[in-house]
Amino acid sequence: MDQAANTGGRGLKEAGQSATLDPKSPFSVSGLTVAYDRKPVLWNASFTAPEGELTAIVGPNGAGKSTFLKGSLGLIPKLSGEVGVFGRPIDEARRDIAYVPQRSSVDWDFPATALDVVTMGLYRRIGWLRWPGRRDKERAHEMLALVGMEAFADRQIGQLSGGQQQRVFLARALAQDARVYLMDEPFAGVDAATERAIVDVLKKLLSEGKTVLVVHHDLETVPVYFSHVLFLNGGTVAAGPVADAFTAENLQKTYGGRLAATQLAALDEAAAMKG
Amino acid sequence: MSAEIFLQFDFPSILLGSLAALCCGLLGNFLVLRRQSLMGDAISHVVLPGIVLGFLITGTLDSLPMMLGAGFAALVSVGLIELVRRLGKVEPGAAMGVVFTSMFAAGVLLLEQTGASGVHIDVEHALYGNLESAIWLEAAAWGDLLRPEILATLPVSVLRLVVVNMAVIAFILAFYKELKLVSFDPLFADTLGISSKLVGTLLIVMVAVAAVAAFDAVGSILVIAMFICPAATARLLTDRLSTQLVLSGVVAFSSGIIGYVFAAFGPVWLGHDMSVSAAGMIAVVAGLIQVVAMVFAPRYGVIARRRMQRA
Amino acid sequence: MTFLESFLNALMLSAGYNTAVVAIGSALLGAGSGAVGAFVLLRKRSLVSDAMSHATLPGVVLGFLTGVWLFGDGRSLPLLLAGAALTAGIGMICVDWIKANTRLTEDTAIGTVLSTFFALGMVLLTVLQSLAISGQAGLSGFLLGSTSGMLSSEAMTIAAAAGIVALIVLALFKEFALLCFDEDFAGSTGLGVRRLDIALLTLLLAVVVIGLKTVGLVLVIALTIIPPVAARFWTERVSRFVPISAAIGATGSYVGACLSASAPDLPTGALIVLILFALFAVSMLVSPVRGLMSSLLRHRRFQKIVHLRQGLLAVAHDEPILEPITRKLLIKQRYLTGDLRPTEAGWSAARRIDRDQALWNLWREEYPDEAHALADWSLKPIDEVLSPDMVADLETRLAPHDAANAAGGAA
Repeated sequence: MDQAANTGGRGLKEAGQSATLDPKSPFSVSGLTVAYDRKPVLWNASFTAPEGELTAIVGPNGAGKSTFLKGSLGLIPKLSGEVGVFGRPIDEARRDIAYVPQRSSVDWDFPATALDVVTMGLYRRIGWLRWPGRRDKERAHEMLALVGMEAFADRQIGQLSGGQQQRVFLARALAQDARVYLMDEPFAGVDAATERAIVDVLKKLLSEGKTVLVVHHDLETVPVYFSHVLFLNGGTVAAGPVADAFTAENLQKTYGGRLAATQLAALDEAAAMKG
Repeated sequence: MSAEIFLQFDFPSILLGSLAALCCGLLGNFLVLRRQSLMGDAISHVVLPGIVLGFLITGTLDSLPMMLGAGFAALVSVGLIELVRRLGKVEPGAAMGVVFTSMFAAGVLLLEQTGASGVHIDVEHALYGNLESAIWLEAAAWGDLLRPEILATLPVSVLRLVVVNMAVIAFILAFYKELKLVSFDPLFADTLGISSKLVGTLLIVMVAVAAVAAFDAVGSILVIAMFICPAATARLLTDRLSTQLVLSGVVAFSSGIIGYVFAAFGPVWLGHDMSVSAAGMIAVVAGLIQVVAMVFAPRYGVIARRRMQRA
Repeated sequence: MTFLESFLNALMLSAGYNTAVVAIGSALLGAGSGAVGAFVLLRKRSLVSDAMSHATLPGVVLGFLTGVWLFGDGRSLPLLLAGAALTAGIGMICVDWIKANTRLTEDTAIGTVLSTFFALGMVLLTVLQSLAISGQAGLSGFLLGSTSGMLSSEAMTIAAAAGIVALIVLALFKEFALLCFDEDFAGSTGLGVRRLDIALLTLLLAVVVIGLKTVGLVLVIALTIIPPVAARFWTERVSRFVPISAAIGATGSYVGACLSASAPDLPTGALIVLILFALFAVSMLVSPVRGLMSSLLRHRRFQKIVHLRQGLLAVAHDEPILEPITRKLLIKQRYLTGDLRPTEAGWSAARRIDRDQALWNLWREEYPDEAHALADWSLKPIDEVLSPDMVADLETRLAPHDAANAAGGAA
C-alpha cells in the first residue's frame, strides 16, 4: 500500500530485534484490523501521523473511519495491529491522547452541566479519591471560554443545541491538555458559529504544536482546514500532504465510481490553494 | 401511645425500614442513570439460593453465614449475567432474566429438597422480609436516644444497616467523580485510563452488599423498589447529580417512615384493629411519591410538559 | 416403583390421567410462551414480562376477595386469573405510560411497576390474613406455582388457553415477523405497528397469567425469556427461530412437569425453569450455529487467516512485523525462519498474497458497493470468490495500473 514508505521501511531483521513503533511519531498505527462478527470493517490499516499537523480522515460511509479511531484507542477489540504514541503502547500514553467522540455516543439527558462535562477532561489529572478543586473549576471555565460557551457553564447539557454540545466536548478535550487529539466527526451537523469555533480551536492546537486527526465528511473543506489527509476505505487507501495526496486518483480509489460534483469542487479548491 | 412502647417496638422497625431504604436508594441513582435498574431486581432474587446455600453449608440460621451466602450468590449472578451477555451476545435484559430466574429456581428446589423449608427459611420471608420483628427492649424513654450505651443495644440488624449505610455513603463520596464519569460517558472514561469496567464492578459489588444487608430486614421486593423509585423520583425533580443524590436519600428515608406509620397505624385510624405489611406499604408509598413526581414535577412532570408543549 | 420408573411413566403419559393432562398442558404452555417470548425478545422487550408477572399479585388477591364476596369461596381459578390479568394489564399500561410521558427509561419503568404492584399485593395479602377467610393458603401456590393437587378441570383450562395462544401466534406469524424486522412496512400493511405491539403484549400477558398456577409468578418470566434466548443460538432465521423457541419451551415444560410428578418435594416451576436453563446452557455451549465453542474455533481460524495475510503483506512490502502472534504463525507455517528471515516459501507466498490483495483493492475501487457487502473481501484468494472472468478482467486492468503507479513514482 501507499503507506509502505511512511511506516519506517526498516528491514525485517532490524524489526525483529526491536519491535517498537517509530518513537518519533506522535501517533502511529500499523496493520490495524477490526472485525464485527468476522467481517472486517477495517483491514490492515496503517498510518503514521505527521507531528504538529492537522490531518483529515476521509472516506465513504462505512469505510471504518470511526472504527479506526476507536480501534486504535482500544475502545473496541481489535483483531490485530499495533498502536504507538511516541513509541509507547497506548495504555501507557493515555495522558498524551485526547479523544472527542461522536455527539450521539452519550445520553444528553444526564444530570450534568456543561462545566461538569468539561471538568471530566481533568479527572485523570486530579486522580482517584480526590474531588475537583477550585483551580480545576477555573481551568474548566477557561476551556469553555475558548469555545465561546462560558455563558452556558451552568446549563444542563441536554438543554444545549447540537453545536453547543459539540463545543462542550471540544472544551473537555482541550482541558486534557494532551499532545495528540483524535476527533470523530466534530463538524457533523453543527451551526456556523460552532464550525468557526472548532476551526479556531484547531488553529490554536496547531499553534501549540499539537498533532490532530479529525474524521471529516465534508470533502470541500478538506483543503481549506487541513494540511494532511488520510483516505480510508476498509483500509488505508492513501495518505500524505493535501497538496500531494488530495488528487482525483485517490478520491476515485477511495470513493469508487465517477467523481461527484462536490468532489470535483473540492479538487478545484485544492488546486486554488496550491496556486 | 407511650414513648416506651413506641421506642421498643415501632422505633427499631422504622429505623430498619428507613436505613434499608436509604442505602439502596442512594446507590439506585447510578443504576437508574446507567440503565441498570433491573440489576437490583436480579440481585435481590438470587439472594434466596444464597441464603439456602449458607444454611446448608453451616447448618445454622445465623445471619452471618446466610448473608455471606447471599453475597456470594449475588456476585455469581452478576458474573453469570456478564458471561451470558458477552459470550452469548444476548441483550442485557434477557441475560438478566435467564440468570436470575434460573438461580431463583435452584434456590426453590434446594429449599424443598433439603427440607430447609421446615426450619424457618421460606420464600415468602425472602420476598416480604420481616420488618416488624425488630424490638429494642432496653429503651424506656426518649432520653435513651442520646445514651450511647443504650443505643448500642439496638437490634443487630439495625446496627448492621448503619454500618452499610456509612459504607455506601463513603463509597459514593470517594468515587463520586468516577461514578459520574462512567455513568455519563464510559468510552471517554476508558480513553482517560479510568476503567469503566472497574468502576462499574465496584458499583455492583456495593449494590450487592446493600441488597444483602437490606433484604434480611425488609425483603427483596422493598429492596427492588428502593433501588428504583427514590432515584427515579429525584431524577424528575432535578438536573444536578448531587441534588439528585440528596433528594433520593430524603425520599427513601421518608418513605421508610411514612410507609411504616401507614402500615402500623393506618388501619387503626380507619377503625380496623390490625396492621398490614410494613415492607409492602413502604414500597407502595415510594411508588406513590414517584407517581406524584411524574405528574406534578415542576419541569419534567406530565402537567408541566403538556403546558410547555402548548406554550 | 423407583424414581426413574415413575419419571418414565410420566413421560409416557401413563402415570395417571391427571398427571398426563398436567404434562400436556405444561407442554402447550411452554410452546405458547416460547413462541410469544421469541417475538418479544426480537422487540427487545423481554423484561416486560417481569413487570407483568409481579403485577398479577394484587389481582390474584382481589380475585380471591371477589370470589369470597360472590360465592363465599375464593378458590375459583377463572376468577383468580381474571384478577391477575386485570392488574397485570394495568401494570403493562403503566410501563408504557411512564416510558412515553416521562424522561424515565423502560428498565426504570419496569422496575417501578413490578415493585410497587407487588408491594401492593403484599399489603392486600396481609389484609386478607387479618380477615381470617378460609382457603387463602392456596394463594401462596401462585408465588411458586404448583401442579400437585391441581384439578384436572383446572389443567384442562390451562391446556386449552395455552393452545389458543399458540394458535393465535400461528395465525399472526407473518405480521409479527414483519413487526420485528421491518417496522415501517408492518405499519403500512394496515394492521398498524401500535395494534400489533398491543396484540403481542396481550399474548405475553395471557401466557404469564396462564403460567401463574403452574410455575408461579416469580418464575413464569423464565418461560418467556429462556426458550427464545436458547433458540437464538441455533439459527439466524426468524422462520426457524420461533418454532425452535416454541419447541424448547415445550420440551422443558413437559420434562419438568413429568419430573415433578415423579416424586414428592419436587416443585414444578423450579424444575421446569432448571430444565430450560440446562437446554439454554447446552445451546450456548455446543450449537454449531452460534454456540460458544464453534464461535471460538471460527474466531481462531479467522484470526489466523488475518494475521497470516497481514504478515505476508508486510514481508512483501519489506515492513516490520510487530505482533508476536503474526510472527509465531509465520514461523510455524515456515514462511519465516526462527530469526525472522523470510524463507523461499515465504517470499513466494508473500508475492502471491500481494498480487491477490492488489486485485482485491482494484475490485473494490471498481465495485465499491459489492465490496462493502462481501464478507470475504481480502480474506480469501480472489479466484475462490469472484468469477474467473472477473478475475481475468481485473488482471488485465491491474497491469496498466502498475505501470502508471511506477511512472508516478518515477516522476
